[in-house]
Formats: sequence, C-alpha cells, structure tokens
Amino acid sequence: MTQTFILDGREIPFEPGQTIIQAALAAGVFIPHLCYHPEFKPHGSCKLCTVKVNGRHTASCTYKAAPGLEVQSNTEELNGERRTLVQMLFVEGNHFCPSCEKSGDCQLQATAYELGMMSPHFDHFFPDRPVDASHPELLLDFNRCILCSLCVRASRDVDGKSVFALAERGIDSHLIVNAASGRLADTNVALEDKAVQVCPVGVILRKRKGFAVPIGQRTYDEAPISGHLPLAEEC
Amino acid sequence: MSSGSLESILCKYDGSPHNLLQILREVQEEEGWITPATVAALETALAVPRAKIEGAASFYSFLHLQPVGRYRILFSDNIIDRMGGSQALMERLCNLLWVEPGKLSEDGLVSVTTTSCTGMCDQGPALLVNGRAITRVDEARIDAIAERVRAQVPLAEWPGEWFQVEDNVHRRDILLGSDFEPGSGLRALHARVETDGIQASNTRSWREGLPRGLVGPATMLDEIKHANLRGRGGAGFTTGLKWEACRNAPLADGQDRIVVCNADEGEPGTFKDRVLLTSHADMVFEGMTLAAYAVGARRGFLYLRGEYRYLLEHLEGVLARRRRDNLLGHSIIGIPGADFDIKIHVGFGAYVCGEESALIESLEGKRGTPRNRPPFPVTHGYLDQPTIVNNVETFAAAALIALNGGEWYKNIGTSHSAGSKILSVSGDCERPGLYEFPFGVSVAEVLEACGAKDTQAVQVSGPSGFTIAAHEFDRKICFEDIPTAGAFMVFDKTRDMFQVARNFVHFFAHESCGFCTPCRVGTSLLRNLMDKLHNGQGSPYDFEEIEKLNHILQAMSHCGLGHSACNPVLDTIEKFRPAYDSRLLHQQFTPAFDLDQALSQARQMTGRDDELAHFGAEHGDKQ
Repeated sequence: MTQTFILDGREIPFEPGQTIIQAALAAGVFIPHLCYHPEFKPHGSCKLCTVKVNGRHTASCTYKAAPGLEVQSNTEELNGERRTLVQMLFVEGNHFCPSCEKSGDCQLQATAYELGMMSPHFDHFFPDRPVDASHPELLLDFNRCILCSLCVRASRDVDGKSVFALAERGIDSHLIVNAASGRLADTNVALEDKAVQVCPVGVILRKRKGFAVPIGQRTYDEAPISGHLPLAEEC
Repeated sequence: MSSGSLESILCKYDGSPHNLLQILREVQEEEGWITPATVAALETALAVPRAKIEGAASFYSFLHLQPVGRYRILFSDNIIDRMGGSQALMERLCNLLWVEPGKLSEDGLVSVTTTSCTGMCDQGPALLVNGRAITRVDEARIDAIAERVRAQVPLAEWPGEWFQVEDNVHRRDILLGSDFEPGSGLRALHARVETDGIQASNTRSWREGLPRGLVGPATMLDEIKHANLRGRGGAGFTTGLKWEACRNAPLADGQDRIVVCNADEGEPGTFKDRVLLTSHADMVFEGMTLAAYAVGARRGFLYLRGEYRYLLEHLEGVLARRRRDNLLGHSIIGIPGADFDIKIHVGFGAYVCGEESALIESLEGKRGTPRNRPPFPVTHGYLDQPTIVNNVETFAAAALIALNGGEWYKNIGTSHSAGSKILSVSGDCERPGLYEFPFGVSVAEVLEACGAKDTQAVQVSGPSGFTIAAHEFDRKICFEDIPTAGAFMVFDKTRDMFQVARNFVHFFAHESCGFCTPCRVGTSLLRNLMDKLHNGQGSPYDFEEIEKLNHILQAMSHCGLGHSACNPVLDTIEKFRPAYDSRLLHQQFTPAFDLDQALSQARQMTGRDDELAHFGAEHGDKQ
C-alpha cells in the first residue's frame, strides 16, 4: 500500500526516502524553490521551499516525507515569508530584469511574479560585482548570482570538474572559478557541461545567443512557474 | 616557502585533504599568508581543486589569501572592549602608524582592524598581534606597540608581560576548586566497576561498540546519566542520551566513533574555556577519555578557537605527558582494548564553527557551514562516523562525575540543572573574571559577588542569550529559568543599551556563514536598520521592519545563529525602550540614504572638507 501525507488538505503519496518537495512535485503540487533541482543532492540554502510540518517551519527539500505528516505550504503566511526571501535576494544582488537576457526564463523573476512581489521593499545593497567576459563562448554576470550553488554541484558531481566554488562568507559570499587567474577562460569549462545549463538566473550565459527567443514567448511568458512544474516530470 | 618545509607539513598531516585547514595554518604561520604558489602546490599534493582550497580558506577570518603585513593587529570588538575604550585606542594606533583601519600600510608592514570578541573581556581592552593576545591595552601600551612596529622589532622580543593572560578566578566550586589528579577519574571509575569479567567485556564493548549491559563502559554511561549532566554549551542537551545514541549507532566497515571537544569558545563575553584549558586541561582531557571509554571511541579532537592559539604548545605538552603516563594511547591504565588519542585542531576565527555540525565540517577541512539535519552527528558526524561533540566544561564535569560518582553530582544545583556553572563575568563591576556557582544562583547574587553597582542590565549567555533588566535580577541561572553558555556581561546605568544591541547585531552580520538567504541577507538588513537608528534617521516604521526581520530569521534560518540574531534587539526594545525612542527623530518614514554622507568619498578623494563640499539643507536650497 502506498504511504501518504497531507499537504494543504490533500493526500500526497510518496516513495520511502522521498523528501516532501519530491513527493509534492511528483503529485503535481508546486512548492516554490530555487536551489532545489531534482538531479542533485538537496542543498537547503535558499529556504524558499520552507513549509510547516506539524506546525514547525522546515525546508521541504531536505525533510523526508513520512506517513501522516500534516504539511502546510500554500498559505498566506508562508507565501508572505517566501516573498520576503525573494525580496532579500533581489536587493542583495543587482537585478535589472528589463535588460537581462534571462528575463522570462529566470526562476527568480518567475518566482517573484508567482508570489506577487510588487517591489523590492528593502534598500538595495548595490554590491560591486565585476562580470567575467574572458571566455570566448560564455559570460559570467555575478551581479545576478543568488548563491544557490547549482553550478557548483553540477560541475563537481556531474561534470567531475569543480569549475565553480563558493568563497568568503556571510554577505560577502560569492562564486569563484577554478583558475589561478580567477578567470573562466582559464578553466576547463565546456559548453556541454551540466554546470553551464543549470543556472536558475542569468549568471552563466552563452555569448552571441542573446534574445534568440523574443521576450513574450519565453518559458514563463507562456505560463507562470507554478503551471510549469518542469521539474516534476524528471522526478 | 621551501618545498622541503611544505613537504614536512604535508607529511605531518598525512597528506590528507581532510587536514587542509591545519596545513594552511602551518604554512601561514611560516609565511605570513597563503601565497598563490602555496595554493598551486597544495592543489597538486592534495588533489583538491584550487577553487575549493580558496573557498575554504576565504571562509575564515584568520586565513589570508592576500598579504596582510608583517604585523597584523586585530582589536577585539566586543561591547565590553568598546566600553574600555578600544575604539579610541585603535584610532590612536592607526594615527601613530599612518594606516587606515582594515587596509594594509603602503609599505606592506602593518594592518590594523577589528575582530570578534577574543575571549579576554576580564582583562581588556584586548588585541591580537599575529594571532598572539595582548591584554590590558591602554594608551601607553598602544604607543609602545606603535614604536616596536615602526622599528620592526620581532614579536618574540616584545615585553613578555604584554602577553600575560590571567585566570582571574574569583569564586571556586566543585570544578575550579578541585585539585584533580591526572588519571584519578579513570582509576576511580575502574575501581567501581564489578571486577567479574571486566577485561573481556571492556575489550568487546570498546572494539565492537556493543550496547549497554557490559560493565566498564556501561558503568561510566550510567554514572553520567545518573548525574543528570546536561551540556554546558548553552542548549543543555542531556549528555547521557547523546553518548548513548552515539554508542548505539551502527558502525560501517572501517569506521570509528569520534569524541570532539568544542573549545571554539566564540560567544562574545565568554572566556571560561580559556581558563579551563589553561589550568585544568587534565580534567578536560580525562573527561574526553572517559567519554571515549563510554561510547567506544578511539579518536578524539579538541577544536581550539584560533584566538587561543597561544595555548597550543601547553596543551600538546599535557597530551604528551598523558601519553607517557598511559592515560592516552593503547590499553589506557592497563585496560586491554582501551585505546584512545586526541588531536588538536586549531580554528581560524569563525563563530559559526561553535555550532556542532559546522565544527565537524571545519574539522574535515571545509567551509564551516552548518549541515542539514537529520542525520545528526551522533550517527553521522566526522567523516560520517558516529560523533559526540561536547563543551569543554561538560567534559571537565564528566571527569569529576567519574571521580566522585553521579549520586554526588546530582545533588548539587537544582532538580533539572545538576552541578555547577562557570560564569565569565565582565563589564561594569569591580572584579571581572570567573565565578563558579552551583546552578540556581540568582543574577543578583552574582552581581553582589563581582562587586557590580548601579547595574542597569546583564547580558546572560552572550549576544544570542538574554538581556536581563533590574526588575528580573532575582531570576536564576539554570536550565529552568535562564540557561547560559557562561557569558555574564554587566552594564551599569551610564551605558546606552541601544549601542549594546547594535554591537551585537554587527557581530551576527559579521559572523553569518552566508549559507541560507534569511540569515545572510537578514542579518545585514538588521545591521543597516540599527545603523539607521544610530544615524538619527529612525522612525516607528523601522520598528515594524525589525519585528518582521526577526520573524523571518526565527522561522526560516538554517541554524541557531540566524534564529537568535534578533534576540538582543527585541529584548532591548522591550526592556529599554527609551534608548530607542530617543533615536526616533521622525514620525514619518525617513530613508537611510543621506546625500551629504554619499559625498564623503568624493570629499576624501579631493581632500576637501570645507562648507561648500557639504550638502547641507542651506546648500540644498541653492541647488
């Protein structure tokens, strides 16, 4: 017999070992997330996927499903808290959606729309984050980095290269590349690397491919991020 | 650095990438910083990507991937140091040396900046020079330091009394008052064990980590459980349960159980572990050995905070003596199979590594980021092996329990808080230092003992603890009322409690590991809000913001650092509201942005500070 737990009043079946978010996405229920990706070990850092399990806040990407759990997710309280987290991510970096190549395909932007974010609310930090345009085929625009570490995990665990890593700590945390020069051109990154494909925002971009799909016809122009569940099919 | 000396450091640490951070520390102690050549050499020798080496090293305040000068001077920046005048002293030193805070002097000789509390609040203001603590800093000492830096006198030739660190013990109870004989705890426990079949059962339980019921280790565990010992790091988890869970955790092939002593005493205002390790190291190491005996561990670590690096040689000496006396090593005090040894791991200035899973990450040579839990360290700790992490004071108490029995111990203190607590008292009092009381002592009694007068507030258990106001001074120090890791900072009526809270908020923002969004960004937002109030731009709106941030930090943060970062602000708002109200100069929202302030960089670049270089109200009208 399949085991189940309750998510927002709905019964969700799960396989032993599945986390709450895995089971929810497989059942077609959207839980906002940014650092979670079904192909990688959960990281649990963005905290967007936080739900309430039996009344306590916990990240649904790291919490294992168990029979009989009472989980709240799509509530005004939790969505309000998630909205605040997205606002924090917006003011921490330099995000200028109208001029960003990733606009319409960006999970941060789509999640902000999903959660009804109307303003950044907090004062912007305006950090100084130079871009790395050294590579002939790829551009790194660190201004948009949300420190989800998906590229770090993909490069290390899938590509076996460790092209990317996180450095420093606290609000100074940032992405670095694996080269003495600190430049992407001097790493062994390749276009077909998984790490190059997974960025949920507009940090890792192909050069000379800008705006190939016109604004208005992009992933989240068609349907909001909750209607896509692109990750659910892969679960 | 010569390839030979790198070679010998690598050899000392088995060429293992898990020892990366200790290797980097030793290299830096020789060279002053970690050069690109070192990183390149280690990349090859350890087969670790350079980005990972740089990522780990840059996490820690005391590891440097850039030159920091022949003299690196760090002023302890706890509120207690500030009350002793540390800010003016640092400014004086900077002026004398012609350096800007935080910047390397142009000749590459010296850098001066601040660091989180160095654990010398009873004898501050304090600073670190190249990692060595200098206490009781005053103007005369600053002038003398500046002279020696300018003359490039080697640190070894600086006056020895500058580096003198006193114990300052003012009240002794069972721990600090004990004249503990090395080995006496082990022998007393051994004598108490039923002799029947002891050898075989000990060997079996030690080797195989068998569950309870076997005489030797089970006796130790029973004593600890009977004593009702609870962890002294602040959270107060029952020590016996932790040890038992570790002991019962299954071992995979090739795995061991691990005992870790958390001497990363980073909570500002706490310095008891410094004294325990200085004057009672045997008791601490014996407690670790007894813990190893109880859980069936063969390897132990002492995680020593970088600020206490000066204790390393002393502690290594104690360990060497204990090995000679058969209190460490193989078949300890002749019990066959009782094998255990301890390595010391020096930290590098990261408060978050006091969190047990972050500490374990750091032990493994990585960034000190707290882990996702479960699984917990008792089943999956150091290199995924069952691991117990306990506070220095907990291990010392365990040694006393082995010596005198759990029954003796449980009758000291209160019903839910057995034993004694060592308090690190600092701030506005006549006799700052250590006070050991049985649990259940009131705040007022401690204040009386240390000679505090006109006390306005006490911060118990550091910035992440509780701000206690005068009407609460009859409250008691114990897990039932005010639990504490040991800090006890006293503020008299002349102190501005807003500045106390602001100092603590800056501390949390500086020490956030940056892993999770709410803490990484939230602590910085909170710092900015407190600075906004400090700069006279506060309005009632900012109170709502603080409360909102507090909610997010408590609900969404990954670990205790984020959960407690708002505590000092909320406590002081509730209990010392006038300190905030006097800063609410505006009823309507006022932005933090200040045009005149924004021009300060331009003024500095042009060397101007005249009236026309300022954007005051009168000038604003003319624009």
